Amino acid sequence: MDLRVILPRRSFLAGAASLVAGTALPVPAWARGMTVPTAARGFGSLSGEDIHMEIGRASFGTGGRSGHGFAINGTIPGPLVRLREGQNVRLHVTNNLDEDSSIHWHGLLVPFQFDGVPGVSFPGIRPGETFSYEFPVRQAGTYWWHSHSGLQEQAGHYGPIVVEAADGSDSRFDRDYVVLLSEFTPLHPHEVMRKLKVGEHYFNYQMQTATEGDMPLAERVMWGGMRMNPRDISDVTGSTYTFLVNGHGPADDLEFLFRPGERVRLRVINGSAMTFFNLRMPGLPMTVIQADGQDVEDVTVDELQIGVAETYDVVVEPGEGAHTLVAEAMDRSGMGVATLTSRPGRRAPVPPLRETPTLTMADMGMASMDHGAMDHGSMGHGSGNDGAASAQPMSHDMRDVSKLPPDVKAGPGVDMVAPMPANRMDFPGLGLDSVDHRVLHYTDLRSKRPNPRRAPDRQMEIHLTGNMERYMWSFDGSKFSAVTDDPIRFGYDERVRVTLVNNTMMAHPIHLHGHFFELVNGADELHQPLKHTLIVQPGSKAVFDLTANEPGDWAFHCHLLYHMHAGMMQTVTVRPFPETA
Amino acid sequence: MMRRGLLTAALLLAAATPALAQHEGHGGASDETMAHEPMAHEPMDHEAMDHGAMDHAQMGHDRPAASAAEAGPPPRAFEGPEHAADLIWGEARMAPARQQVWRNNGEARFGTLMAERLEARIGEEEAYLWDVQAWYGGDLDRLMLKSEGEGSWNGELESAEVQALWSHAIGPFFDLQLGARYDAAPRDRTYAVAGVQGLAPYMFEVDAALFLSDSGDLTGRVEAEYDQRLTQRLVLQPRLEANLAAQNVPELGIGAGLSSVEAGLRLRYELAREFAPYIGVGYEARLGETADLARQEGEDPSGFVGLVGLRAWF
Repeated sequence: MDLRVILPRRSFLAGAASLVAGTALPVPAWARGMTVPTAARGFGSLSGEDIHMEIGRASFGTGGRSGHGFAINGTIPGPLVRLREGQNVRLHVTNNLDEDSSIHWHGLLVPFQFDGVPGVSFPGIRPGETFSYEFPVRQAGTYWWHSHSGLQEQAGHYGPIVVEAADGSDSRFDRDYVVLLSEFTPLHPHEVMRKLKVGEHYFNYQMQTATEGDMPLAERVMWGGMRMNPRDISDVTGSTYTFLVNGHGPADDLEFLFRPGERVRLRVINGSAMTFFNLRMPGLPMTVIQADGQDVEDVTVDELQIGVAETYDVVVEPGEGAHTLVAEAMDRSGMGVATLTSRPGRRAPVPPLRETPTLTMADMGMASMDHGAMDHGSMGHGSGNDGAASAQPMSHDMRDVSKLPPDVKAGPGVDMVAPMPANRMDFPGLGLDSVDHRVLHYTDLRSKRPNPRRAPDRQMEIHLTGNMERYMWSFDGSKFSAVTDDPIRFGYDERVRVTLVNNTMMAHPIHLHGHFFELVNGADELHQPLKHTLIVQPGSKAVFDLTANEPGDWAFHCHLLYHMHAGMMQTVTVRPFPETA
Repeated sequence: MMRRGLLTAALLLAAATPALAQHEGHGGASDETMAHEPMAHEPMDHEAMDHGAMDHAQMGHDRPAASAAEAGPPPRAFEGPEHAADLIWGEARMAPARQQVWRNNGEARFGTLMAERLEARIGEEEAYLWDVQAWYGGDLDRLMLKSEGEGSWNGELESAEVQALWSHAIGPFFDLQLGARYDAAPRDRTYAVAGVQGLAPYMFEVDAALFLSDSGDLTGRVEAEYDQRLTQRLVLQPRLEANLAAQNVPELGIGAGLSSVEAGLRLRYELAREFAPYIGVGYEARLGETADLARQEGEDPSGFVGLVGLRAWF
């Protein structure tokens, strides 16, 4: 049991003291002709005005699976970067790999040149080079950092960030733990990508078969007719992934200690490459107090789904004994497990995996068809074509490209056009719509602090597009490589209402660097919750208001790592840039 | 008879490529996208272009009211150099990183080798068969190699062909394939190839091609297969192949029209996705004039075979 992963409030400096690996060794092991070191599970903590981080190769193993990884300061995940709101920080990152690397500070408001995206915000960190990031810490909350180079993030190149509030409000809680969810695969990430490209549903062992699944034959035939698989929940699954909590697989038996009666804050970070998690502690309600590092009004739930790259801070008040923390993969192919316990070594039962969810018509962008004719009427906004369409609601044209705006390129990379995408900001996530306890919806989130009141200056629509068979993913039908020099443009201080339309049957966590946007989730306009990452449900729309007040070039992408790698990314530019040099 | 055979082949090709027709219909859309790029640098035109956006604004009836119209970005969003980071780090340092991020986010190349059928065929005579494909390339354009052939264990090579094709995506589910085919057996012969390969509605994998030989003969082949999962690892695969000819090719024993059909049913077990042994049964029938030619040679024009094989890829 590695207690360094547990960070009681006020004792984090002790955690930092125990961190010796990496920083003490200026020459990496492999460069001295030694074998690749084994990464320790979990992480130490770093704080202060000057922070040193070293990226190195490592091997990693858990529960019988082992393979290649990247360790930062000798651990996977890398160290907790613990900052205080209002301080200045210099982060000196040394790359001991034989390939370029980088660190992106996910959710931190930084000058764009220190955002850490090679080719967009800076040149990257060359092998053997040390790069110094320097910025003031303008916010409090829970965030994380990760490589933005190639597929390194999959192999361990990530870690948590905690920024203590300047007003001391973090001291409300008796314990303060980071719960960093991620996954480990013994496969090289490039091999994972190649298998997604060439192998048909390579990682999916939860498909409907002649003997599994309750979908009636007629519906199965219809899905086949559309050349779609209703069990395409996750591209990469527990067939190769071991799900980790603070770097610990289920076999590593991680525990978080508390005393009965204490209020325990869990800073839950989804630092995985591809996995949405359903988080719950059976029998123990949790109160959500922050989303993506930003304070929200208390919402008490029994379970929540956390998309890749999102964070939620929750507070629990566990009673005497042990409580299992379950981070179940959305496709139910495996789970991360840890224990909250008031007595070391005590364990509670681990619930079994639940049944894999199956996609519905709503996930295909035909939500309106589940209802009566009235909805069709309301959809028919005037034109004769739409009238004809609502007269034959069951003509499942899943790729009517005339429904796309003209700037969406409807090439081979677009296998579907959601016929009637509904706004599903009230959907709790695949598989959580049918559980019999309280779950979190985006529509439950309400910002604790009022935002400046401003009406949008304009609106825009961005279409999420893809082709599952070819494993192509893009925005508006164009991969990043096709629009490298054609960014999404915002005027400085412009306020824009952005609608994301998901023309695919997968949920995409969409992340905008350098900004928080407000979810248009039904909260009054002063209290729309701030987020840096937004899940767009399959075949659905999601809406946010952005005040583009951070000048520079920023990455905007799907945070499913292999979707981004396939091209689901675009640069966002906010101009004019301030006078420099 | 000849014409009907050709027509059938053409119809099969067309039926297999709903995507082909779709693709042509979208020329306009992609042209518009292309025209959009230069306009991005002229904010006036860009804004003017978006007047059609009123329709989109109307579509927003399911979200909280916003009076703002859908519009292009304001002129100030076009100010300054092409890339912000060049201002800080210099273009010389940024250019290679930009090249790398370009390649890493949409331009990676992949390849695979798939042995769809490596099998022993147990019938009147003991034979073997291979059917292998490999490709390398990006999302839309790939080099594809295909080889298949059959021989008997006693040494006689009955047929052997290899194809080298440029495979180009013409729709979400289909590739157009153009290239050459060389047959080493039963006779040395070279063909030009035009075909389509992809996933048809109801999840049928389809491969259809026309072959024009160096002696001017036109033939065609259509293959379709379907994977029925019985469990997560046990897969029953019906497979159908039809061969067509536009004319008699007596030296190859082919008569004009639908010359032969082959139906197979294979049950494979995926020990891993990449490694699946199978057993199965096949039925082959030569038809029409082709069957007559076979009978003249003293061969049975049709028959069943038992199959034991391996489907493997990496």
